[in-house]
Amino acid sequence: MSGVRVLVGTRKGAFVLTADGRRKDWTVEGPFFAGWEIYHMKGSLADPNRIYVSQTSGWFGQLLQRSDDGGKTWHQPGLSNEAIPPPGPPKALPNRFVYDTSAETGKPLTTHMWYDGTQHPWEFKRVWHLEPSLTEADTVYAGVEDAALFRSTDGGENWKEVSSLRGHGTGPKWQPGAGGMGLHTIILDPSNPKRIYIAISAAGAFRTDDGGATWKPINKGLKSQYIPDPNAEIGHCVHHVAMNPSRPDVLFMQKHWDVMRSDDAGDNWKEVSGNLPTDFGFAIDVHSHEPETLYVVPIKSDSEHFPLDGKLRVYRSRTGGNEWEPLAKGLPEKNCYVNVLRDAMAVDRLDDCGVYFGTTGGQVYVSADSGDSWAPIVHDLPAVLSVEVQTLN
Amino acid sequence: MVRVALPFHLRNLAHVEGDVLVEVAAPVTVRTVLDALEARYPMLRGTIREYETGNRRPFLRFFACAEDWSLESVDRELPAAVAKGEEPLIVLGSIAGG
Repeated sequence: MSGVRVLVGTRKGAFVLTADGRRKDWTVEGPFFAGWEIYHMKGSLADPNRIYVSQTSGWFGQLLQRSDDGGKTWHQPGLSNEAIPPPGPPKALPNRFVYDTSAETGKPLTTHMWYDGTQHPWEFKRVWHLEPSLTEADTVYAGVEDAALFRSTDGGENWKEVSSLRGHGTGPKWQPGAGGMGLHTIILDPSNPKRIYIAISAAGAFRTDDGGATWKPINKGLKSQYIPDPNAEIGHCVHHVAMNPSRPDVLFMQKHWDVMRSDDAGDNWKEVSGNLPTDFGFAIDVHSHEPETLYVVPIKSDSEHFPLDGKLRVYRSRTGGNEWEPLAKGLPEKNCYVNVLRDAMAVDRLDDCGVYFGTTGGQVYVSADSGDSWAPIVHDLPAVLSVEVQTLN
Repeated sequence: MVRVALPFHLRNLAHVEGDVLVEVAAPVTVRTVLDALEARYPMLRGTIREYETGNRRPFLRFFACAEDWSLESVDRELPAAVAKGEEPLIVLGSIAGG
C-alpha cells in the first residue's frame, strides 16, 4: 500500500513521520541526532531508502549523515562506527566542505560584501540544503553558507565545490541575508540533466545550462525597494523557488516581499502576489499534479515574522498566482505567532496531493486534500527548520 | 596513553563513554593529541578543528591541569601529567547560546 515518509529537520534533531496513504495515523520517530540543528534532510528519488541529512552545530560544525534503510539507521558516509580505522589518509571526509581554489578546477577565493558594505572573507559555516540527484542515488548536491554549491558522487563521502558558481564574476557583490549568505534552493531540471537552478540569500537566483560549467544570474524583473538600481542583476533576497517537474521552465518564487513567476526558466519574472493580504513570506510550493496550483504562507512583514492577526493561514492559488484564497480549516485561528521557514513546506505525489508544512513553534501540519483542510501531525517538536516528504509505493 | 575528555555530543559521535585513551608519540602537544584522536575516531574530524585552517573551533576550549590551553600554541608540550595519562586533555564546549 502507498504511504508517505515526512522528514522533519528541527533545531534539536531530526524526526521521521510515517503514515499510509490516508495520512491520518502517524508514527513519529526521533529525535535522531538529538541536540543538533538539522538544517535539511531529503530522500533520493533514485532510491527511496537513501536519505541525506545536514547536521550542524555552532560548537562542532558540520556533519553529514546518511541512511540507506529509509531512516531506521544512520551513519556518516564512508565512516565506520565501530571498527578501528585503517592507517593512512582517510578515504572519506563527509563533512569537509572546502572551497576549491585549485589551479585545475577551482576559482580564486575572493571576498563578498558584508552587511556594512565592506568586503568580507568567504567562510564556510553550514550546509543549508541537500538535493539528491534525480537518477543516481550516490550523487547529491549541497548548498552551503557562505554561498557555494558542492557535489558528491560517492554518496556523500567526499565533496567537491562546483566552483564556477562562486567564481562566475558577480560574487564580490553578493551580500548575506539576515540569516546568513546561504545557498538555500537547488532545483534539478528533470527534462535536462545539465540545467540546475539555485538561489542565494541575498544574491538572487542563478541558472546553469551546461551542468555547472557556467552560470548566469536570472533575476530580471525582480524589484527590491532596498536596491537603488531597478535593473540590478543581483542582490535580490530570494527566499525560495519552487517548480513542478512536469513544467521545468515554469518557476515560482517567494521573495523578500513579492511572489513571482517565470515562464521562461527564470529569464524573466513577473509579480503574481495579486490579492495576497501580505506578500512577505519564506515557503512556497506547487501542487504535484496541478502545475498552476501554488501554496504560500503569508507572513506579516520583514520586521514581524509571524502570520497576520495571529491567524495561521496557507494561501492557495489555482491560477498560477494573482488570485489567492485563504486556507484555514484546521489551522490555529488565534494567538498563533509562528513562522514557516523557506524549506519547511513540501508536497507528496499521491493521487490526492498532500501538502505539509512545519512551523517555528514545532508543529507539522498535513493536508490530504490539497489544502482544503489541515490537521497537525505533531505539535510540540523543536522549531522546525525543514520539511520534505517521500511518497512510498 | 593520553586521556582526552570530550563533551557530550562528541562522545556520542565517537560512541564512547567517559574519557578516551589514545596513543601519542612524543612530543605530546595539543596538535599531536588531536591528530591521534582523529585518526582513531575519524568521525570527529572537523568537529574540534576547522578543516581549512586547523584552528580550534571558536566555541571550544582546551584545558589541561586546571589551566586554559586554548590560546597556547598547539605545538607547546602539554604537562607531563597529561603525557602520562594521569590528567586528561579536556575539550570543552563553551556554555553559550542556550
